[in-house]
Amino acid sequence: MHEIASEHGEELDHMLALVHWFMLILAVGWGIFMIYVLIRFNARRNKKASYSGITNHFSTHVEMGVVIVEVVLLLGFAFPLWAARVEKFPDSPDVVKVRAVGQQFLWTFHYAGKDGMMGQVDLDEINAGGNPVGLVREPNALDDFAVPNTLKLPKGRRVIVQVTSKDVIHGLALVPMMIQQDAIPGQEVPMWFTPTKTGEWDIVCAQLCGASHGQMKATLEVVEPEEYDAWVESQPPMLKPEAPEKTAGAASPESSKGAVASN
Amino acid sequence: MNPQSSTDLSHETAVHGHDDHHEEHHHDPPFWRKYVFSTDHKVIGIQYGITALLFLALGFFLMMVMRWSIAYPGRPVPFISHLPWFRVWLENGMVTGDLYNMFGAMHGTIMIFLGIVPLAFGAFGNYVTPLQIGAPDMAFPRLNMASYWSYLLGGVLMFASFFLPSGAAKAGWTNYSPLATTTDLSFGSLFWTGQTQWLLAMVFLISSSLLGAVNFITTIINLRCKGMTWMRMPFFVWAMLVTGFLLLLAFPPLEVAAIMQLMDRMAGTSFFVPSGLFVNGQFFNAAGGGSPLLYQHLFWFLGHPEVYVLILPAIAIVGEIIPNNTRKPLWGYKTMVYAVMVLGFLSFLVWAHHMYITGMGAGVSTFFQTVTVLISVPSVILITSILISMWGGSIRFNTPMLFATAFIPMFGIGGLTGLPLAFSMIDLHLHDTYYVIAHFHYVVAPGTLFGLFAGIYFWFPKQTGRRMSELLGHLHFWPSLLFMNGIFAPMFIQGMAGFHRRASDGGAAYERIAGQEFLEAGSFLSKIFKNGEAITMIDLNIVASVSAWCLAIAQVPFIINFFWSMTKGKKVNSNNPWDATTLEWSCPTPPPHGNFLKEPVAYRGPYEYSVPGAERDFTPQFEPDPESPQAPAEEELEVKGGH
Repeated sequence: MHEIASEHGEELDHMLALVHWFMLILAVGWGIFMIYVLIRFNARRNKKASYSGITNHFSTHVEMGVVIVEVVLLLGFAFPLWAARVEKFPDSPDVVKVRAVGQQFLWTFHYAGKDGMMGQVDLDEINAGGNPVGLVREPNALDDFAVPNTLKLPKGRRVIVQVTSKDVIHGLALVPMMIQQDAIPGQEVPMWFTPTKTGEWDIVCAQLCGASHGQMKATLEVVEPEEYDAWVESQPPMLKPEAPEKTAGAASPESSKGAVASN
Repeated sequence: MNPQSSTDLSHETAVHGHDDHHEEHHHDPPFWRKYVFSTDHKVIGIQYGITALLFLALGFFLMMVMRWSIAYPGRPVPFISHLPWFRVWLENGMVTGDLYNMFGAMHGTIMIFLGIVPLAFGAFGNYVTPLQIGAPDMAFPRLNMASYWSYLLGGVLMFASFFLPSGAAKAGWTNYSPLATTTDLSFGSLFWTGQTQWLLAMVFLISSSLLGAVNFITTIINLRCKGMTWMRMPFFVWAMLVTGFLLLLAFPPLEVAAIMQLMDRMAGTSFFVPSGLFVNGQFFNAAGGGSPLLYQHLFWFLGHPEVYVLILPAIAIVGEIIPNNTRKPLWGYKTMVYAVMVLGFLSFLVWAHHMYITGMGAGVSTFFQTVTVLISVPSVILITSILISMWGGSIRFNTPMLFATAFIPMFGIGGLTGLPLAFSMIDLHLHDTYYVIAHFHYVVAPGTLFGLFAGIYFWFPKQTGRRMSELLGHLHFWPSLLFMNGIFAPMFIQGMAGFHRRASDGGAAYERIAGQEFLEAGSFLSKIFKNGEAITMIDLNIVASVSAWCLAIAQVPFIINFFWSMTKGKKVNSNNPWDATTLEWSCPTPPPHGNFLKEPVAYRGPYEYSVPGAERDFTPQFEPDPESPQAPAEEELEVKGGH
């Protein structure tokens, strides 16, 4: 129906088609039965009703058939595909790690930067200029950068997006990636996928979040890996290098505690 | 517990101290006692019905305004933009995000809690159940009255909240925290905001349902007349019993949730508010440590059984009308009874399928997917039994039957499209899209509502002694069927294309999704409707919106029919105009206070149509066997009931 640009999207689409074929067969079968009955047993055509009606067990067989197909769908598709989504998170150095932080009404995408290690965050650290996600000053955080409203990803590399929110529940829906995740304040939930096509698409907010929910728009951009790497290189880090050392030191113990709590 | 002993109660419950024999000599109670603060289940049923129909109209009106905003974002709403209330809320005549959210939240709330449930359970349940089991009234008539007045109070609060400075609630009918907790904080008094009033109103509505549920369960168990054994109860009564249990067990968690959220708003607690919220550029002042997901669990623990509260009465009404108009017994009555019980039980174990996208592990989702798929089994049994009932019938198509017949495929579409949504994997794509909207509206709008319309046309002659017009009935039915599908069928396509719900501009902001092609340029329809340009997904919004407005026009024949037939409709010539078999057709028309002139007895099962060898094609429950005119002995009844 629309462009599919992720690896698991193909599997999902396959399953979706399968379920719909099954539904269509049932609907057409029942529909033909019903239309036949309505015509054949119209009072004008059939003056005397039968007390017993159908006496065979055909409907029981249909019901059994339905159950068997449903079991196949569950065991063959639903369980393994879902397990791959939520239990087998990729873990290798080339995995792209992003935090998506929702707020009324924009998304901030916090990248792990060149080191591939996501810095700690603490909402107490949020300040108006340059640190919208509350990044704490610690070694992993130094090269982290943030981009408002654009999620740029390389084609063909696995991506883990940690989805969270600063205020109310939002939903990060990447339609062509066939994936979405609620952004729930107070917790971070990861989702992963592998983009397979380059392109530019809309990111939809999937959970009612206030007056401008329908316009809470961001862009998903998938580019060639080389272009992506160059882009990462060129991004200025969120934390300015010259920030005074002592404030950071004072904030650390307290904020690391806060960070654990917010996970 | 045993139906025979219950008959002793009938005198006590009948008229609170009146004696049946003296009824005629007593002067009538004063008007306000008889029609306003009545304890008569029939009057209460009608009160519920009228109030619910008014709320259904209001809920539909809200949606028609929203459909304008969806189809024509950025254009002023016609007709209403000069009305005083709307002048405040519209911006240059256009629907704002706030207004859209307010109407969206209230559309859902009103349709479910103030429209369908009161009409299905409150109106039909109250009116029909005691008549069908041969009871003089509900077991607790005053509780019944309290239930209606609590409902009305909740409804009035809900409605009045539109006129507060903050407007009505805006956080969706699901009212998720923290949005519900952090919305409308800038208004002087926190108490007088729509969000707070929504919670208060919900407490009244839920209490009303609980009172009703207790009453139904007690009535059905204790007040069945002589011979009305379990397996002689009409299917409608079974469905009401199960619905009663659903309400009784599912609503308290939501009542708790509503009170907890109320405390979060008013008393500074943080049940559903996590630490460290950063709202509108500043820290949100709350104790913190709460869980937004806890609210969702409590909400959906009600929310899913609630779906069956919406559906079961409609299936049950259809289950009464189909045997009557096919002139043959309900096929698989017993199986249906067991299926409805299993359905009721399983409906408590599926709630988290509304929450697949909140971050659910493989173990938990395995359980909820399995039970969700499992629940399709009793659903399929119910709907196929009703469908198969028609085979071999001698079907007459009067208006109730038209609606009942259409219910089957409409509910079927709604049920079938629930299947993909049962899988968490597919939910990754379809969650919160228009596919979901179409799915549950097919269940509730052309599904349940058609069942309820069928019920109104079916039982109208019992209450008024007049039939509703068949011509107007047809004029109501056919356009309604067409436009219902015109509204919801396009939503399946949009949902598949990734359209998410609750966007006040109908998805226009997401033009790369909204602009996907639906029909290519130059195709036949594109030439008719768009000068040969490609028809895009977002154009389907217009199809749905225009259908919605036409659906409103299609209700005009119903409204005319309803009022016209009360005084001018064709008079019925007997107490049993449809040649039906259940007990409500044995009492006078309209049934008096206390219902039955003599103590009713159920001599046989509820759907004895076209019995071989019988003179007529229906053998009512209330008529003794011609061979043995005496009521059979109690032991005999017990044995027969076992069949």
